[in-house]
This record gives sequence, C-alpha cells and structure tokens, in this order.
Amino acid sequence: MENENYIIEMLNITKEFPGIVANDNITLRLKKGEIHALLGENGAGKSTLMSVLFGLYQPEKGEIRKNGEVVKINNPNDANDLGIGMVHQHFRLVEVFTVLENIILGVEPTKNGFLNMDEARKKVVELSERYGLKVDPDALIEDISVGMQQRVEILKMLYRDNEILIFDEPTAVLTPQEIHELLQIMKGLANEGKSILFISHKLNEIMEVADRCTVLRKGKCMGTVDIKDTTKEELSRMMVGREVSLKVDKKESQPGEVVLSIRNMTVPSKIHKNNAVRDVSFDVRRGEIVCIAGIDGNGQTELVQALTGLEKMLTGSINICGKDISKASVRERSIAGISHIPEDRQKYGLVLDYTLEENLVLQRYWQPQFQNKGFIKFDEVRKYALRLIDKFDIRSGQGPVTIVRSMSGGNQQKAIIAREMDKDHELLVAVQPTRGLDVGAIEYIHKMLIEGRDSGKAVLLVSLELDEVLNVSDRILVMYEGEIVGELDPNKTTDEELGLYMSGAKRDDVKEIYNAG
Amino acid sequence: MQDKNGMNSKNEKKKITEIKGFSSFTSALMAIVIGLLFGFIVMLLANPSNAVAGFRYVLLGGLSRFGDVLYFATPILMTGLSVAFAFKMGLFNIGASGQYTMGMFFALYVAFMFDLPPSIHWIIAILAGMLGGMIWGFIPGIFKSLLNVNEVITSIMTNYIGMYLVDMLIRSNSAMYIPSMTRTQYVPQHVQIRSLGIAGSNVNFGIVFALIIAVLLYIILQKTTFGYELKATGYNKHAAQYAGMNGKRNIILTMVIAGALSGLGGAFAILAPSEIAGSSMTYEPINVIAANGFNGIAVALLGNSHPIGVIFSAIFISYIQRGGTLASLVGYKPEIIDLVIAVIIYFSAFAAIMSSAIRRIFANRRNKEALITEPQIENIEEDVGSEIENLEKNSNKEAE
Repeated sequence: MENENYIIEMLNITKEFPGIVANDNITLRLKKGEIHALLGENGAGKSTLMSVLFGLYQPEKGEIRKNGEVVKINNPNDANDLGIGMVHQHFRLVEVFTVLENIILGVEPTKNGFLNMDEARKKVVELSERYGLKVDPDALIEDISVGMQQRVEILKMLYRDNEILIFDEPTAVLTPQEIHELLQIMKGLANEGKSILFISHKLNEIMEVADRCTVLRKGKCMGTVDIKDTTKEELSRMMVGREVSLKVDKKESQPGEVVLSIRNMTVPSKIHKNNAVRDVSFDVRRGEIVCIAGIDGNGQTELVQALTGLEKMLTGSINICGKDISKASVRERSIAGISHIPEDRQKYGLVLDYTLEENLVLQRYWQPQFQNKGFIKFDEVRKYALRLIDKFDIRSGQGPVTIVRSMSGGNQQKAIIAREMDKDHELLVAVQPTRGLDVGAIEYIHKMLIEGRDSGKAVLLVSLELDEVLNVSDRILVMYEGEIVGELDPNKTTDEELGLYMSGAKRDDVKEIYNAG
Repeated sequence: MQDKNGMNSKNEKKKITEIKGFSSFTSALMAIVIGLLFGFIVMLLANPSNAVAGFRYVLLGGLSRFGDVLYFATPILMTGLSVAFAFKMGLFNIGASGQYTMGMFFALYVAFMFDLPPSIHWIIAILAGMLGGMIWGFIPGIFKSLLNVNEVITSIMTNYIGMYLVDMLIRSNSAMYIPSMTRTQYVPQHVQIRSLGIAGSNVNFGIVFALIIAVLLYIILQKTTFGYELKATGYNKHAAQYAGMNGKRNIILTMVIAGALSGLGGAFAILAPSEIAGSSMTYEPINVIAANGFNGIAVALLGNSHPIGVIFSAIFISYIQRGGTLASLVGYKPEIIDLVIAVIIYFSAFAAIMSSAIRRIFANRRNKEALITEPQIENIEEDVGSEIENLEKNSNKEAE
C-alpha cells in the first residue's frame, strides 16, 4: 500500500563516517509529481543524504527504491540512468559555449559520427516552450543572466529525460523577481509530473512552493510534514530544536560621527575590461549598520577588497575616523580600525590547516601581548583562545588545538567573528557573514552585528540575502554594475522596490549628496 | 557535528600512533622498505649469485663506516633543509644546486685569496659560503616577489648560471686553478673545518653545525612569529595577505635563508678535511650541476619537509649510498643505489596516501578496542585530499 505513489524511497538510510553518524536511520519518500523540501541546518546530513542518492557514498544500512523496486546506485552514472538529475548551487556550465551546446554536452546526438544539432535544437526549443523557460538556445552563457543560466541547468536535466529533479539551494543567487519566476517554473514542472527535491533553508520559499517537507537535525530525521498543516515557526523549531526568533530584534539606530568615508572610489575589474567599482562615494557612521545590497558580481567584492587593502584602487580616497588610508597596507588598515569578515571564509578568513588557537590570533599574533622578540607566547595564545571560545561559544572537537579544517562551517564562521569582533576596531566590514549557515547561526551572527552597532561601532554589511538586507540594516545602498544606484530606508522599502534597483530597472542619483557635502 | 564531543578529549594524552609525525615516519619507513626490496630484485636480476652478499653490503655496509656516513650526510642535510624550509612557505627551491655551488666558490675564494689569522680563517670561509648562497637565493626570491615569476623557472636558470659562472671564474684564477689537473689546489689545512678526530673516518665539525642549524630551523618554524607567517603563507597565501602579512618580504627572506642553507652546505662540503680523493677540498670545473642540490630535494621529500625528519632522511640516504659503494666490492655498479633511492623517493611521494592508510588502520583498531571516538579521525579524508592536492601542486610546479 505504501509504495504505490512513491517514485523514490530512501528507507532507513544510515551512513557513518569514523567517529560520526552523518545519517542516522533516515527515511525520505518522494511522491510522483510533488515538490518535497529537504530542510536542515548545515551539517545536518542533507548533503550526505543527497550524495547517497547520487551514488557517491554507499550507506551502511538501508535501501533505495525506485517505484517500489530496490535499486543499487553505485555511482552518479547509475543515478542518471535512473532519471535523477541535479541543479547544483554553483552552475556547471561552459561560459564560452552557447546554451544549446551546454545542454547537449555529454549526450551529443550524432549522425554518422557528426554532431546533429538540428535534432537537439528541436528538442530544446520544445522543452523550453513546454515548461515556460524562455531560453534562447543560441545565446552564449557568459552573456545571459544568472537566472537564465539556472534555467539552462534545468533544461539540461529535462533534456536528459530526468524525472527526479534535485534543486540544491537554487535561490541563493537570484533576485526576488527571478526567485518568483523559478518557483513558478518548479510548480509547472511538478504539474507536468516531475518530482522535485528542493534543498533549502529559506522557510518562505518552502512554505510557498513545497507540498511536503522532511526536516533533518544532526543526522537524524525529525519527521516529514505536510506544508499545508504547518507553520514557519514549527519548521524552524524542528530544524534547530528550540524556539528561534525569525524577526531581528533591534532598537532604532543612533548614528554618531562619520567613521568611514569613501569618495570617488574606482576599482578595475579582474574579469572584464570595465571598472568593477565606478566612482562610488558614501559614508558609514558610528552606531549604524549600512548594508550594500545587490546581485552577486556587481562590484561589491571589489569594493570591499579595495577598502580592506587587498586590491588597489584606481582613483578615490578612503578615510577612517578622519585618517586617510587610501594607500595604506592591509596591516595598517587593520591597525587603523578595520575588522573584516571576508566573503570567502575558507580562502581568506582562515588558515584551514592551522589550529583554532592559531587562527584566533591571525590578526594579532604580532602584538606584544602574543609575542616577545619574535617568539610567540603560546600560553598567552592558549589563554586568549580559551576566552574567545568560551565567549563566542565556538564548538570544536578538541578545543583550541582543533585543526580548523575539521570544524563545521558555522563554527568556522564563529571563529572569524570572534577574532574580528574582539580586535580593536572602529569599522566592521562583514561580507555575506551568514552565507551557507543555518537559521540558528544566522540568528547569532545578526545578534552580534547589532551588538557591535549598539556598542558604537560602524558596521558595513554586504549581503545578497534580501531578508538580511531588510531586517538587519539601518540604511541600504544598492549597487548595480559598479555604481550605487539607490539609498533606501529599510523601514520604508519593499522587496519589490529593492529588486527593481538591484536589477537596474530603477536608479537615483546618489552621488550628488556626497560630492556636494 | 563533532560538537557534542566538546573538549573532553583535550586532556587525554595522545597515544603515539595518533600523532601525525608518527604516521609520516612509518610511511617513510614503508617507502624505504619497498625501495630496498626493489633494489634487491634488481640485484637478483643483474647478478643472482652475489645478490645476497651485495644486499648485505647495502644494508649493513654503512655501519662500519658511520663516520663517513655523517661526513657525506652533511652537505645533503644542508641542501635538504634548504629545500624543506622554502617548501614550508610553498616555494619549491629547485635552485639548491646553484646556491650550493656559489657557496663552494665563495668559501674557496676566501680560503685562497684572503690572508686571515688561521684561527678564524675557516669560520670566515664558511660565512662567505653562506653569503654566496644567500645572493643566489635572493635572485629567484626577488623575481618571485616583485614580478611574480615562478621560482622554479628562475632557480633552474640560476643553477646553470651559477655553475658556468663559477667554472669560468675558477678557470681564470691562476692562484687557485691547476690547469694540468683540471681542478683547484687543495684548501690549505688551516682553512679546513676541524675534524672531530674519530680515527678512520672523515667526520668533522660540519655535521655538528648542520645538526644545530636543523634544530634552529625547527625552533624558527614552530616558535616564532616569522615561522607562523611562513607556514600560514605556505598553507594559504590569501589568508596570509588578508591577515596583513608582508608576503613580498617573506618570500625574499625565505629564499635568502634557503640560499644561505645551501650555501653553507657547499662550504661544509668543500672545506671538509677528507682522505677520500676528490670528495672535498678542491673544485673541478667540469660543467656539471652539483648533484648534492638535487639530492637535497630527495632528502626534503623523504623527511616530509620537517627539519628533524630531514636530519634522519639525510643520514639515511648517505648511509645507503655508502652501502652502495661497498656493494661494488662484489661486482655491482654503485648506480644501483641511485635506483633504490629513486624508488624510495617515488614511494615517499605516495606518503600522503600511505600515511592516511596507516592512521586509518590504527584508528579502526582503536575504535574496535575501546570505542574511543576521536573526532580527529574524520579529518583523514580531508587531510588526504589536501595532501594530494599539495602533491599535485608540487608536481605541476615540477612540470613547469
């Protein structure tokens, strides 16, 4: 009785790694034609479970059934043969190929050993129309928007006749308008009989689009619920195991004097010939959180790198508390009062093969507190690390001597935050500080940012997440193609309006304010 | 996920088998065993009747001449440290040969051309050798840091430039060079490094200095802010930049130190008193790049780029080379030992994989014995991943 409707069943899956059970007796049943959300914190076992489904790992216990029959998935090719396809968070497309070429890559139709593009084109156009994907098969990938690229990924799965589609955090890179379109497309796919597994930690989207939701916590299955019978609060409680406030509590900001002042900053791009940041001017004051919103790749990264000294500016000036640091080195800027939570925590923020304590002094090891005549005072480092670990609740296997590589993403981020917030600073630059983190960790980080603000620091937040932009910031600057195109008050704006600025459909002249003043 | 283990395990004393150094030691040992077995097979194929006798010489021959083992280990210990030290910063100092040759030349020049009190002449000569190496390490360093030219390419070129330059300078110097013998004169006795006075061997103070330097390097790497910066840059140069470390300065400094170590190796080699003809005290300008520089790469690899590991691997390689020379008594060519060493190096390049395999075996056994779940074990996969990545990086560099 129970398997008549299920297209894929993962029954009692247990996957252990030495010393840890990543999936503990997890059962996930996907009905034909439904959108099934898979919700869980980072490290809850979502990726492991999907890797099992994809044949990358073999489970110790449990079985996978398709249409009621037990199947053995030994590698990703087996998964593909069973009609399982996946849209990865980071697209796997060849930039200089056309849409069509990307779609047929790996399954090229041939006739007497020659490519037969006509047949492929016919199928792609037909699929694109049927599911309302609106994709031009001859456009080059590098010329089309991120949302369009994602639709190409979807087409790739459809072209391969996949019936089970896995979306791995698909909305992370999209504008609100694009998210809306994607959710419509997903619904359309489900109506056409495709079965969708939707991995996400965004409760709004799950509530909007999913039929059912399976929640994982610490490798265990917390149950599967029907979306129509549940609430966001209940889902987040299942995921985190305690009450989580989804609203950010904060007082009105009390902006003080100007801490950071950027004038006419222009930064060249490494990727294209145009400048990545074009003539940008703005101020950040003590006691306020200024958020730079925008779609990924509109110059935010370069702006921050130029601000923190990792890249050189072409023109412009930067002042911290009245001190010109336009030409200062990274270390000098750090001493001048910049703390920096970098965008890529593993590439910039941490030395993964160092221990936690070594990473916690990464910005301070040269200070007299931690070294004497060039010799590191290891007991001071240990004492300091234990204090930060305790204060910021950084969890790890072996405390201060844990190799950071082995820590979870959330705790790695906590280590960076602990280090940067505890360091003497006037300005905290936080770039996507919650990226890839779960609800509990996000709540914590938002709390820390607001605490920093309330203690009189200036905070410059760069974020791609609309919720974060609207909930945390006191002032929003929208960046589009290297320019600041709007300054908004989070209390007076909406998702839609922000989206229009972010996509370049709407713009104000913000520069004048600063150039005049 | 390992959070729940908390910090309760931090007070437990580590068993020896859990220490990373132990497994890299055992994996080096495995590489050696495999290399020796391979050598034995080659000996069997080459000359079956003498294989056992020859192999006994290879294995045990070094024992009877341990003084000479140390004598020959000194230069490769220094070049090994040179390569290993740069490697910690993520730099591949393939230029150890050139720096070593420059070290020999500077030491020789001071030995012959300067007139100094005998009590300090030899020390000044050693320091001059160090200076020569430093200059030759500085060149690839400055190219790398200011112009981002790959240090592998520049240091290969400096190897040739150094070798030809030294050969030219020596040939044109009538005070040092004896054209009829195509070599320099012997270094005067008062400039030679003092012997340790062990009868029947050539061991001298060079090895003592080399050992002290290895320990010093260990302290620099482990205990100082410079070592901290150096290793951080080697592990992740982006994070080092982010933390405000002066990458350009550190690159130059590292290459200069690496050059100094190789240069000292050259000085220790050429100034050593020796009864083995041609092995010391004189330089032959024969347009050949010094092999001891490349042996340093092998020593550093086998020693896992760890200063203390390098001590053992230098002594081992020297030991087995002595054995190989003795194997010629029963008709084997000494090249067999080069073959064995090559195989050992080849397998120690797999050390990352073997090391994790060994740790896994011990880990499993522990788990079965006492159900102690050590969270560190789950890092193995990532460790292997990163180590393999490193290896690939290095081999790519070599390919360049």
